[in-house]
Amino acid sequence: MIVGEQKPFDEVWEMVKNHKQLTVFGCNTCVAVCHQGGNKEAEILASLLRMRATQEGVDMDIVNGGIERQCEHPFFESAQEMLEGSEAVLSLACGIGVQFVAEKYMSTPVYPALNTTFLGDVQEDGFFTEKCQACGDCVLGLTGGICPVSRCCKRVLNGPCGGSTNGKCEISKDIDCAWQLVVNRLEALGKLDDYEKIAPVKDWSKDRAGGPRSFKLEGF
Amino acid sequence: MDIKTNSKLEKIMKSGHMGVSSECGPPRSSDPEGIIKKGHLIKDHVDCINITDNQTSVTRLCSLAACIHLKNEGLEPVLQMVVRDRNRIALQSDILGAASFGINNILCLSGDHQSFGDHPNSQNVFDLDSMQLIQTVRHMRDEGKFLGGDEIKLPPNMFVGAAANPFADPFKIRVPRLAKKVAAGAEFIQTQCVYNLDKFELWMEGIVERGLHEKVFIMPGITPMRSVGMAKYMARAVPGMDVPKELIDRLSGVPKEKQAEEGITIAVEAIQRLKEVTGVSGFHIMAIEWEEKVPEIVERGGLYPRPKID
Repeated sequence: MIVGEQKPFDEVWEMVKNHKQLTVFGCNTCVAVCHQGGNKEAEILASLLRMRATQEGVDMDIVNGGIERQCEHPFFESAQEMLEGSEAVLSLACGIGVQFVAEKYMSTPVYPALNTTFLGDVQEDGFFTEKCQACGDCVLGLTGGICPVSRCCKRVLNGPCGGSTNGKCEISKDIDCAWQLVVNRLEALGKLDDYEKIAPVKDWSKDRAGGPRSFKLEGF
Repeated sequence: MDIKTNSKLEKIMKSGHMGVSSECGPPRSSDPEGIIKKGHLIKDHVDCINITDNQTSVTRLCSLAACIHLKNEGLEPVLQMVVRDRNRIALQSDILGAASFGINNILCLSGDHQSFGDHPNSQNVFDLDSMQLIQTVRHMRDEGKFLGGDEIKLPPNMFVGAAANPFADPFKIRVPRLAKKVAAGAEFIQTQCVYNLDKFELWMEGIVERGLHEKVFIMPGITPMRSVGMAKYMARAVPGMDVPKELIDRLSGVPKEKQAEEGITIAVEAIQRLKEVTGVSGFHIMAIEWEEKVPEIVERGGLYPRPKID
């Protein structure tokens, strides 16, 4: 899922403080799982903004709402009236949702309440870790199911580098060395010989480097 | 053995002599005098001089320019090239540029992560990894082609090296990893600083067992300790460094003003012992900001005079 983290409150306030009306708009799927951008978080953030507005003596009408997903048209039906009547929208969606709202309402300012941080999993309640960078050309079949692109700080395809120590990355003792994990997995699978296969130069044109990506299903 | 390039290091090691390389770091300024002076200080005692490429991710005068300065002085530089800062277009371009100045040696590296350096907020590139950079230089040299497939009219003529750290984890893949670098096309290997001689010898045994020492020249890295403080720092803070407790104790047992001398002696003893290890073809002496000590280490290590090669 997509993981996001709320921006510092002061940064959010600075973006929105000059509006007379603001809709704080949650997205109740991915970023709700990480307790940052769901409809509940939208309600809390709206309350905090109302308090700040009062403190600062700013006259601002703040409402809150939300939908299940800000990245698909059909979900917007229930919120259409609210959004059309908004002077500005503070979206708690990931960057995709923020842009989707901006595209739908050409003349309405839309601000991001979150920093979209990564594609990751829920390791345990309240703990999320990056697992994918959507490079567009998955190598997991060659690396024992551990992604070196997202989990190695140097995205080394033939690792580990010389900085791997006691299973940890050279940049932090809190980061597992992805290639230690790859080697552990290959060993568990009885495929350690595969380690010596050299991963070829990667085609990064399928990654961000190739420009914005899209794909279209035939017959829809 | 076939001589493939004009590299002095290649010629020396392929003639059966021990090779000796050293290393100089370029300045954090546009003044080349320091690096030229360092080069002259050691030129008679080493076969070639590595020029580091923004080591520890701290911005410095570029490796290629520093290599050209040494080349202009008649010295033999080794261009260190990290894949952290440049994509395949820039890497290949710099390889051609270096070759155009007659630089005959290259060392292919990943590079320290930028978080260690003076621009921790910078982007990193890592378009290729160090293994793929080795392949790239060999491809350019031997096939006369760019990675993209186009022909290179006058291919670069370089002796291709790589680094190895016998002390990084996991240890069980350290020999396979070297095998991989050899398969990728590495012709010489300069290792991480060797302090744990027993572990290094264990690694070498694995290499000899697989016959890899017959395919690649292995040059253990030797860095003299200047003080017990440096030894403790390297043990604690430098990633992938193995400094045994006995070495720290030995330096601690010596009065402060004698520790540097003891550090040199430890380095010399390491050379003397490792010279006898099957598969060791030379030494890479990295006296960090202490280049003036390289001649003494080379002489006392029994590696002087250096062989003369045309």
